[in-house]
Amino acid sequence: MSKSLNLFVPAIGGTALLLGLAYGISSRDYGAATIDTLEARVQQIEANAAQASAQAQAAAAEAARLLQEREELAALAATSGASLTAPAPVIEGTYGLGRVAFDEEIAAWDVDVLPDGRGLPEGRGDVYTGEEVFVDKCASCHGDFAEGVGNWPVLAGGFDTLANRDPVKTVGSYWPYLSTAWDYINRSMPFGEAGTLTPDETYAIVAYLLYSNNMVDDDFELSHENFTDVEMYNADGFVVDDRPELEYAAWRTEPCMENCKDGVEITMRATFLDVTPDEEVEAAVSTPTSEATPAVAVAEDAGGIDPALIAAGEGAFRQCQTCHQVGEGARNRTGPVLNGMVGQTIGSVDGFRYSGVFEQANAAGEVWTTESLAAFLTDPRGTMAGTKMAFRGVGDEAEVAALIAYLQSFAD
Amino acid sequence: MDEIFKPSRRTFLRGSAAIAAGTVAGQAAAQGTPDPMITELQDWASYTGAGVDETPYGLPIRFESDVIRRNVEWLTASPISSINFTPIHALDGTITPQGCAFERHHSGAIELSKDDYRLMINGLVDRPLVFTYADLERLPRENHVYFCECAANTGMEWAGAQLNGAQFTHGMIHNMEYTGVPLRTLLREAGLGAAGDLADKWVYVEGADASSNGRSIPMEKALDDVLVAFKANGEALRMEHGYPVRLVVPGWEGNMWVKWLRRVEVTDMAVGSREETSKYTDVYENGIARKWTWVMDAKSVITSPSPQMPITHGQGPLVISGLAWSGHGQITRVDVSKDGGVTWETARLGKQGDTKALTRFYLDTGWDGSPMLLQSRAIDETGYVQPTKNQLREMRGENAVYHNNCIQTWFVNEEGVAENVEVS
Repeated sequence: MSKSLNLFVPAIGGTALLLGLAYGISSRDYGAATIDTLEARVQQIEANAAQASAQAQAAAAEAARLLQEREELAALAATSGASLTAPAPVIEGTYGLGRVAFDEEIAAWDVDVLPDGRGLPEGRGDVYTGEEVFVDKCASCHGDFAEGVGNWPVLAGGFDTLANRDPVKTVGSYWPYLSTAWDYINRSMPFGEAGTLTPDETYAIVAYLLYSNNMVDDDFELSHENFTDVEMYNADGFVVDDRPELEYAAWRTEPCMENCKDGVEITMRATFLDVTPDEEVEAAVSTPTSEATPAVAVAEDAGGIDPALIAAGEGAFRQCQTCHQVGEGARNRTGPVLNGMVGQTIGSVDGFRYSGVFEQANAAGEVWTTESLAAFLTDPRGTMAGTKMAFRGVGDEAEVAALIAYLQSFAD
Repeated sequence: MDEIFKPSRRTFLRGSAAIAAGTVAGQAAAQGTPDPMITELQDWASYTGAGVDETPYGLPIRFESDVIRRNVEWLTASPISSINFTPIHALDGTITPQGCAFERHHSGAIELSKDDYRLMINGLVDRPLVFTYADLERLPRENHVYFCECAANTGMEWAGAQLNGAQFTHGMIHNMEYTGVPLRTLLREAGLGAAGDLADKWVYVEGADASSNGRSIPMEKALDDVLVAFKANGEALRMEHGYPVRLVVPGWEGNMWVKWLRRVEVTDMAVGSREETSKYTDVYENGIARKWTWVMDAKSVITSPSPQMPITHGQGPLVISGLAWSGHGQITRVDVSKDGGVTWETARLGKQGDTKALTRFYLDTGWDGSPMLLQSRAIDETGYVQPTKNQLREMRGENAVYHNNCIQTWFVNEEGVAENVEVS
């Protein structure tokens, strides 16, 4: 009996804590409406508490039964040597853990949109607006016409390629639901600035993607009202996993052990393609005495710059590394390598295709100074109008200084 | 020597370097000279070594510095949304150390502390709830070893032998002992009365990172063996594996094992998220795609010898070793062929495998120095036999990316050098 009592007490304690918390919030000086909501919530919680108390009693009884069962099993195991392992217990009722979620919390996180359009917020956006937003926020990776840059995803075209060896799977050619595009763009794009689009911007971008795929005309406007009217090209292109019928039936058979085929020939070799990363070979033959190379090589002449500032800059650089690499072995990505930037002629990194404004600065012999770099990082498009760098800028002066210190720690 | 048995220049160089090293080491004994490693006083036998606390959290000794995760740069646009590979060629046993277990991020690995962690259960539940990390630690927990394999593992090999190394062909997999709370416990806390008939219900799970990586899981699986895990191999999850809390979906494709798990929503239909429509669906020859291909079918690979692990000891005793696994349950048998699939012998299992976990196999054999075409073939408790690449192609064509569980072939030449090949 004492064991079940111990189980019972924490369940009530948890409820009391929850009530105390709710009371603490309601007694603060909030607006009357908020207090009404909170009072309603306190009543709801009191009702829940009564229910939880009843459940806890049931849980205690169940726990006592389980304990007895366990003791019986232990006794059995002691005589038979059987295992005591068991899955985590399942009880009647609940443990009373967790707290009830606020509506505001659910609204903040539960933003998924279902194929039938449930979950879409009100809003609208047309193709023209979408093109502006897309060029501004998406084109640096996906291209002005959603054709994709480098290895970044192609979002348009690819119709009638699905039966090819390398199908081009775009929003137009492959995606079965438009809701998928809205949902993903809304919550996870732009890459590196997820969650910053307004519903209208998202509607506009999706409208532009439909236009890029020749699925709507240029005067089209997408909204929560006409969203489910859009017909997707590949809506019927999917079947539910049919491996059980097709494959498992065929391959659940006793396999051959001897004379299973007449002869064997090598038909293809990986070394012909030679696409395996080379670093693997170097690592395999490296001498045991070599120390592990640091991930980034810091320039030796970083003297004079506060190491703490450099460290802060390393953290701030995370927002840049989606597009830029720095340090030993850095390569041009969506943006150029940033080694030795201060003191370097603007737009002079080998092998990178700059925007026009950078080419002009380069032709004029302009050089990156800490001042010009600070101005650019604070307001990229204000400083270098027409840059294709899709980045809003760094608002915080200290962060700008840290970023510059970090960049200065890398020699050319 | 048959033309196909000649190694390319590059593999030859790699292999002969290794052979040379092996020969030197072996000569001391062969010539009958006493070994100075034994006859001379060595530094480590005379001087003192490192004190305790030199590395409060230890890393492998520097001689093992090449046993690391590796990336194949041309696969993806940016390392922020990319994958790397477990060095399975250099590991033994079955447990993957967290520090070299492959990573797959869609918007980079994030730092999320236990204090800042929240888990919401909402949707068709009686009481939408928010749990803290501390709450999770108060619920009954279980321990299970499971493999986590990316659906794209071996995906680069559909069109032909491409990557030269077990790490690259099969390294999108790891195997850890997880500690966590069954998802059904959390769903019961929130109450499933509001969901009505559970047969056609789903849970939608999402992460706290910018990608959110949402996936829909049928309720039957959610109530079966899915774990909300917070420890792996006895310690906290690593950042790159979803610290502080990730979902473990035993036997099912790695993309569903949502990291930094922040929300579980009970729904009445699959959400059709980006990760379950545009990605992680399998286009077949006729252009029609399979969806909801969640289970990872039985598969195996020989990890040694393999291109990164050539035979360096010459003729004589040889241990052929590898890994086998199945998303349908236990591995019951693994067969090994040295002649490209003409004859097979049954390998020894290191120990009886756990369900939906890696099983280690060994073929304790001898090598006479003649070329070999090494293959392994896994059989699971449902009687499913791992198919050949040709069988898979006949069934599906070559348009797909995911779920390539074909039998792998390594060609080992007379020098002991191994290469990734395809055979008739």
